[in-house]
Amino acid sequence: MDNANYKIRTRDLRFSVREKEALKGITIDVKPNQVTALIGPSGCGKSTFLRSLNRMNDLVEGAVVRGTVLVDHIDIYGPEVDVVALRKKVGMIFQKSNPFPKSVYDNVAYGPRVNGIRERKVLDEIVETSLKQAALWDEVRDDLSRSGLALSGGQQQRLCIARALAVGPEVLLMDEPASALDPSATAKIEELMYVLKENYTIVIVTHNMQQAARVSDVTAFFYIGELIEMDETRKMFTNPSVKQTEDYITGRFG
Amino acid sequence: MIGRKFLDFTVTTVSASSALFIILIVLVLIGDILLNGWSTLSWEFITESPMQGMTEGGIFPAIFGTFLLVVIMSFVGVPIGTVTAIYLSEYAGQKSIFARAIRFAVNTLAGVPAIVFGLFGLGFFVQFVGGGVDQVVSGGAELRWGQPNILWSSLTMALLTLPVVIISVEESIKTVPRELREASLALGATKWTTIRKIVLPNSITGILTGAILAVSRGAGEVAPILFTGAAYFLPKLPDSLSDQFMELGYHIFIMSTQSTDVEATIGIQYATTLVLLALTFSLNFSAIFLRYKVRTRSAH
Repeated sequence: MDNANYKIRTRDLRFSVREKEALKGITIDVKPNQVTALIGPSGCGKSTFLRSLNRMNDLVEGAVVRGTVLVDHIDIYGPEVDVVALRKKVGMIFQKSNPFPKSVYDNVAYGPRVNGIRERKVLDEIVETSLKQAALWDEVRDDLSRSGLALSGGQQQRLCIARALAVGPEVLLMDEPASALDPSATAKIEELMYVLKENYTIVIVTHNMQQAARVSDVTAFFYIGELIEMDETRKMFTNPSVKQTEDYITGRFG
Repeated sequence: MIGRKFLDFTVTTVSASSALFIILIVLVLIGDILLNGWSTLSWEFITESPMQGMTEGGIFPAIFGTFLLVVIMSFVGVPIGTVTAIYLSEYAGQKSIFARAIRFAVNTLAGVPAIVFGLFGLGFFVQFVGGGVDQVVSGGAELRWGQPNILWSSLTMALLTLPVVIISVEESIKTVPRELREASLALGATKWTTIRKIVLPNSITGILTGAILAVSRGAGEVAPILFTGAAYFLPKLPDSLSDQFMELGYHIFIMSTQSTDVEATIGIQYATTLVLLALTFSLNFSAIFLRYKVRTRSAH
């Protein structure tokens, strides 16, 4: 594949907080319209890595980032980068669903509104499209004014996905999006990812091996701040080339 | 063994009776004021001006003055306190020297005796700022702002109550979950937008609590307004910021110490105290109620 065709490329990405290095030089290429899964035991740096892709780590006091992260060939840690624009392009779904204490409508319309869209008709359309994309429309269409917090856990997470889609991102970062959900709600999120990757590039952190195997095209295995192995998911789960990966996937540690 | 049991018993008895003693004091205090003030309290008492050298009539000007004082005070103190709390919790690094300096200043301010605020108000607001304004406006020919008035009193009181507002608002801002801020930032909202649309709307009860506590504190303090604007008696209500004013706490103070006929005003003193207590109690209770609501929210 041509080099120009990668959506995200990191080169020797290092992340440390007060001398403690959480990422020890990660080099990864993410292809567009694929689901890339990041797996590894707790504290291996996969979430930290995910959060450096839209600079959410900027919020960590005393954090130092070295190396480069290119999104569409632009260094997102470069001096003239607009973080706000970056986060619109690279959306994020969090582990714990976090709808605002507002109505379903206002939750989805929040992003477009803070980005300056005021016209009711345009907002209506964005809200409907986003909710449909997140497979939530049919469940909430009767009453968009009900509180986002009144929805079930699975619905809340899909509301968060709709909210992220509403600002028109190209990449979706998902930080264990289904870890707090029951199996049927998890299945819905997984189906959704399968559909969404046609239009978006998805990077997902997961603790669940089966989930990584089901939803991802490519899997990266992290261990103590290092990338141990990255390959097509099919190959990683049947014939990993590193022993550590095999041990982790088969449940011998982690 | 007996010694230990005896010690246990003694400690229990002493601590319980101390607690009982406090309840008793509150009951006696309120009971005394209610009993003696109730007969003087009437609709006329609340709506009329003092008469007959303040030995008869009501206390409306003092109620009005108190009200005006706390309103002006809140308009100044609550925004400044809120903005400071936002800075402390959202912008300042938790360990930065500047943030520590502010926190130190806030805590010190909270411990300064009220009379010191009064003297500061006199020296700074009345003489320095007010005198300066008079110099600029009329070359010092007309004494208008360079004398005690309700504006300087309110500003002095705002300083006194600032720590209450800051602490209450900051506490409330802290209960807004980090997840909500992150969600907003991840959607491309700026930090300020996030504060404006997510943090502040979710801390509104805290801001209200701070305002109420400040008002209740401000309504009860006399020392800060002693030299900066409170008047013994005024024939008319203040209608300009450069007017002096009457105030409930100050009214009680002068009636019990400066009146020409203290005996004749005892009923009025009790009733005025009753009004002041009712005012501060109800404000405190609403603050407690709001705070309780904030706490239960942060619990889940």
